[in-house]
Amino acid sequence: MTERKMGPATRDAFGEALLELGAENPLIVVVDGDVAESTRTKKFFDKFPDRAWNTGIAESNLVGIGAGLAASGKIPVIASFACFLMCNAFDQIRMSIAFPGLNAKLVGSHGGISPGEDGPSQMAVEDFALACSLGGFTVVVPADATSAKVLTRAMFEHVGPVYMRTGRPDAPVVYEEGADLKLGRASTVRDGTDLTIIANGLMVAEALDAAAELENQGTSVRVIDMHTVKPLDDDAVRRAATETKGIVVAEEHFSHGGLGAAVAMAAASA
Amino acid sequence: MTTATDDLEKTARRIRRHIVEATTAAASGHPSSSLSGVEVATTLFFGNVLKYDAKNPKDPDRDRFILSKGHAAPLLYALLAEAGYIDVADLPSLRKFGSPLEGHPNYKRVPGVEASTGSLGQGLSQGIGHALAARLDGKAFRVYVMQGDGETQEGQVWEALMFAGFHNLDNLTLIIDSNRFQQTGAVDEILPLDPLPEKLTSFGWEVIEIDGHSLSEAAKAFAWAKGISGSPQAIIANTKKGRGVKYLEEQGNFHGKPLSRDDLVQALVDIEAGLE
Repeated sequence: MTERKMGPATRDAFGEALLELGAENPLIVVVDGDVAESTRTKKFFDKFPDRAWNTGIAESNLVGIGAGLAASGKIPVIASFACFLMCNAFDQIRMSIAFPGLNAKLVGSHGGISPGEDGPSQMAVEDFALACSLGGFTVVVPADATSAKVLTRAMFEHVGPVYMRTGRPDAPVVYEEGADLKLGRASTVRDGTDLTIIANGLMVAEALDAAAELENQGTSVRVIDMHTVKPLDDDAVRRAATETKGIVVAEEHFSHGGLGAAVAMAAASA
Repeated sequence: MTTATDDLEKTARRIRRHIVEATTAAASGHPSSSLSGVEVATTLFFGNVLKYDAKNPKDPDRDRFILSKGHAAPLLYALLAEAGYIDVADLPSLRKFGSPLEGHPNYKRVPGVEASTGSLGQGLSQGIGHALAARLDGKAFRVYVMQGDGETQEGQVWEALMFAGFHNLDNLTLIIDSNRFQQTGAVDEILPLDPLPEKLTSFGWEVIEIDGHSLSEAAKAFAWAKGISGSPQAIIANTKKGRGVKYLEEQGNFHGKPLSRDDLVQALVDIEAGLE
């Protein structure tokens, strides 16, 4: 098995992309719940101090302030750890962002189980379920640094509320520079005929490694990066269900309400 | 001056009528929680305080009014109708299936509604977002948020109070409609806020307490608020739930229920007679 090349964390790539986009679009502002070093909005704070506010450790108010900024025409990034943002401020996201359908970009870092040594209190394994249940929300999780940059740009091009989960550890490289990724369109990163693994986030690289190993054992595996959990690319799931003999889902999330549930729903309606 | 006050009194009476008529037509809603805020809100909208153009509800330079106590939607709809955002004739469609005049305000469906509210404690934070946007863009618009006293128990409110005070948001005015009651009883018996003025002051706010049913005190309070620089301002409006309708006032805490059609007849007589 070939060792996969490592790249920066998706949160790092998000932070870089945010800096670029911030220079291009003066409407972009940031509110962060005192974790800018972790979410990687810090560089934006340093470069655009007038357009960034640290709201302190107060996620409800963080989201509400972001909502007000959005309602006055700004395009806010509302950033914290994924678990604190989605779980602590869920009702504020529901009422102040989703109900009015505001053009706000929620970015939660430290997604999934990969924060590892920080322990389970810092992990977000419920965030897809929460975010996907909100009307009008787009929910996205990049697999590596390159796709994080592309999807961050796509997130701002999309008008409407978005939740993006980023990851803490360095991410194995999945994509070449210039990858063509669109919100809501699954990305087939390896084709195969026997089995399909649908994955997102860090699990895409894991799925590619598993596929390579299975290939050696005589099983041809398709790997799909389902970076957009909502709206799900139902067609990609249907094709996998009809063209291969089975679907396995790999994600950093509880089975209820995550990518697995979304894929099962799409497959059942195929 | 006299004429202006007379006009405001008449407008306040019309707003009271709209509130009780719409909630009785809907056979549900919160007339008493709406009635307590009438004088302050009427002064804000029609006493040359709030700058707005009903023909251009998204004017970037407009002042913002956020009704955080969303259950007082009948008050907001009455204000918006009198201001010309919506049609007075549509007010009786309150809470009816298909009507944009939902039980709690919907930002997407009603022009002039600045925030979807109804989950309490969320309006002030949104007001801060608008106030920061104004400061960032060098715009002169002001932000007014009305919340209930019971609502002030929400933790998010204190996060927001702390932030606005620290950031010296002097373009932000909070009105606390202090009608002393929440759903199941008196605020003082459930979870008291006192000493509220001292708490707000210690969070960096300038505070004024007024008789919330006095149009002239409301006008003075808004003028005072506009004159303050360097701090957000809180107007604690001491009010009575159900004010202006004797049947409601006498019950102290008549929450979340409309008047019956029979009681509405007397209520309209009370409203026409004006406040005692």
